[in-house]
Amino acid sequence: MIDVHRQAFKEEAYELLSELESSLLELEERPDDIDLIGRVFRAMHTIKGSGSMFGFDDIAHFTHEVETIFDMVRNGKLQVTTTLVNLTLAARDQIKAMLDGSDGGGGADLEESGRIIAGLRALAAREPAPDAAEVSEPEEAKPAASERVTYRIRFVPSREIFSCGSNPLNLLAELRDLGICSVVAQNACAPSLEEIDPEACYVHWDVILTTDQGLNAIKDVFIFVEDDCELSIEAVAQHDELSADEGYKKLGEILLERGDISADEMREVLSKQKRFGELAVSSGIVTEIKVESALVEQRHVQAVRQEKQTADAGNSIRVPAERLDVLVNLVGELVTVQARLSQTAAGRGDLELSNIAEEVERLTGELRDSALNIRMLPIGSTFSKFKRLVRDLSGELGKEIEMTTDGAETELDKTVIEKLNDPLVHLIRNSIDHGIELPEAREAAGKPRYGTVHLAAVHSGDSVLITIKDDGAGLDKEAIRTKAIEKGIITATAELSEKELFGLIFAPGFSTAKTISSISGRGVGMDVVKRAIEALRGTIEIASVRGEGTRIMVRIPLTLAIIESLLVKIGSDFFMLPLSLVDECIELTRQDVARSNGRNLANVRDHLVPYIPLRERFMIKGEVPDIEQIVITEVNGARIGFVVDQVIGEHQTVIKSLGRAYRNVEGISGATILGDGSVALILDVPQLVQSVEAEAA
Amino acid sequence: MAKIIMTADDSASVRQMVSFTLKQGGYEVVEAVDGKDALQKLGGCKVDMLITDLNMPNLDGIGLIKGARALPSCKFIPIVMLTTESQDSRKQEGKAAGATGWIVKPFKPEQLMAVVKKVLG
Repeated sequence: MIDVHRQAFKEEAYELLSELESSLLELEERPDDIDLIGRVFRAMHTIKGSGSMFGFDDIAHFTHEVETIFDMVRNGKLQVTTTLVNLTLAARDQIKAMLDGSDGGGGADLEESGRIIAGLRALAAREPAPDAAEVSEPEEAKPAASERVTYRIRFVPSREIFSCGSNPLNLLAELRDLGICSVVAQNACAPSLEEIDPEACYVHWDVILTTDQGLNAIKDVFIFVEDDCELSIEAVAQHDELSADEGYKKLGEILLERGDISADEMREVLSKQKRFGELAVSSGIVTEIKVESALVEQRHVQAVRQEKQTADAGNSIRVPAERLDVLVNLVGELVTVQARLSQTAAGRGDLELSNIAEEVERLTGELRDSALNIRMLPIGSTFSKFKRLVRDLSGELGKEIEMTTDGAETELDKTVIEKLNDPLVHLIRNSIDHGIELPEAREAAGKPRYGTVHLAAVHSGDSVLITIKDDGAGLDKEAIRTKAIEKGIITATAELSEKELFGLIFAPGFSTAKTISSISGRGVGMDVVKRAIEALRGTIEIASVRGEGTRIMVRIPLTLAIIESLLVKIGSDFFMLPLSLVDECIELTRQDVARSNGRNLANVRDHLVPYIPLRERFMIKGEVPDIEQIVITEVNGARIGFVVDQVIGEHQTVIKSLGRAYRNVEGISGATILGDGSVALILDVPQLVQSVEAEAA
Repeated sequence: MAKIIMTADDSASVRQMVSFTLKQGGYEVVEAVDGKDALQKLGGCKVDMLITDLNMPNLDGIGLIKGARALPSCKFIPIVMLTTESQDSRKQEGKAAGATGWIVKPFKPEQLMAVVKKVLG
């Protein structure tokens, strides 16, 4: 675009130059013609002004010299002589050469320029002009000072300020843009209505401004009116120096500093020992509005200080997530080493070593907790994203939906929050699409037009419970049943509890929506949601009352890095089961095995519990002990046992990933290193159950 | 409704640049080639702001400012003059005639917009 302007300038300049030539020739004949002189001056002036605007700086510098000379001629300080005309004509040719040169042509001879300028200066018989480059450079805004300072500004515009077309309100608005600003208008000078001149300005303003832009920025605001107003700008407080708990100046001091009262008057009032403001007003020293204005200053500074204090409290550093991961990994290693140290110390029976080991244990524990804490983020940022989603979707579907949230401050591991996003989006979409009815349908059902989706997060033990609740139509049990039979998920005769029935929604390939919309997907959603939640070692449950609404509860462990687990042993290998899934442990004797006729069922308090012999599953060789142990877990509402040789006990486990080569190993979700340095594999219980069921079917 | 700004300048390139910048900024622009032309056009239509060069044939910027301020419709509008650094006395003259502010030539489009926003609110 700028090229268009440059081109326009060049055309204009060529025109001006040819006009200049004829004017100069005429001027030689009639050296006293004021009109002609003015025309030459204006031509030079335009070439200079426009030239520098469109980037022809060399032309602007050069023309400046000629313009200066003609300014003197115009003001009668210099006579037009043949030498002057000759020089100016030469200068004109030079400018033309420069214009030609700007397109990459021959360009101008710099020596020639120098000669012309020297000649012109000699004519003017003056000192070399100040460097034109210095003046023609536009003033750049100075870099903002980062320090926050509170200024007291008293702006008293002249009565006639309106006649210059200045609007004081614009200036105040500009001040407001600079920082935190309190404005008090002082109208004590306004005359009575009969005497008032509607075109005059009787008001003046006291402004308290806290800004980091510096004094110059404030002065710039008033640059056009500085001659038409009384302006005083004083710095009253520097927030980066003063501590926030220091009280601000007393009201009397402020009035004194502003010159609204004298020191004697202040002392006199103070001696009466009452509230200064009321006293000063009642004794007629200052008007109420002046006191009000001083009070505003007091409050403003206090408010800014308070804000700074909270800002200090919320001081934070941004750190790349990888660094945190490294830290957590290191802490994990440390925990492992510490466990070894404790074990060794206990074995030695050396009191001194035991003491050190205990100390290290305590410190390591604290270090681990705080390292994990660093990764915790409030879930609120995700919540606000959902608000937008709800707003957009409800508009699209013609539904009226309000979203409420609770517990936005609940903290969760950063990775967990990220991975939770998609499942939650899906669940909320489902609530909006399938749950909440259209406004008309809601009214017909005696419910408010506005549907509500409530999103809540709350800590419960070592996990976070996220609830998505809507007050929509609720789940239709019969529809689910029919659909499940239709899809072959259950048989027509299956007797299912309510919980099991609702659980069918999470079965692969299930969808009850009559139409497929872009919102609720194609019925691939809910099983994906369930898998994603399970990948976070979480659980999902659904509860619903027909006509009243649906509630979906997602339970997620606080962190992915450390879990409480049950350490078990098979042969010489160690394994871990997430403790959150474990219900109980029972013994399995040879007789039990013999009695069950190879059906892998154990009788636990008159209930049959199927079990998976892990020794067989993992093909571990060696002697089977006489008494084995069954660790009974609850997965998806069903109890399933895992047979192991020996249960060792609870263990805090720092999870390590298995590495790329083992990423697809079924039934194992990770590994950890035990106190003695050996490796224990962490069992992926739901996946194990699934694969066993798949094999059986 | 878009505010109307008049630009009075005898330099076509400056007029073009000012006009282009203002239009980009969402203003309507009336162009005048000198003071006389500007004053004539001001009589016929209401503008919200005037940007004028000081050196113009027929009627210069100072004359235009004085003439405009005498018009009831232009009594309180912001008037900004385009000056060069060598014209400090002219700047004072302009202020005395009733100019609201000034822009020092050469200026960049952003500077022009900043001043327009400043005086027009």
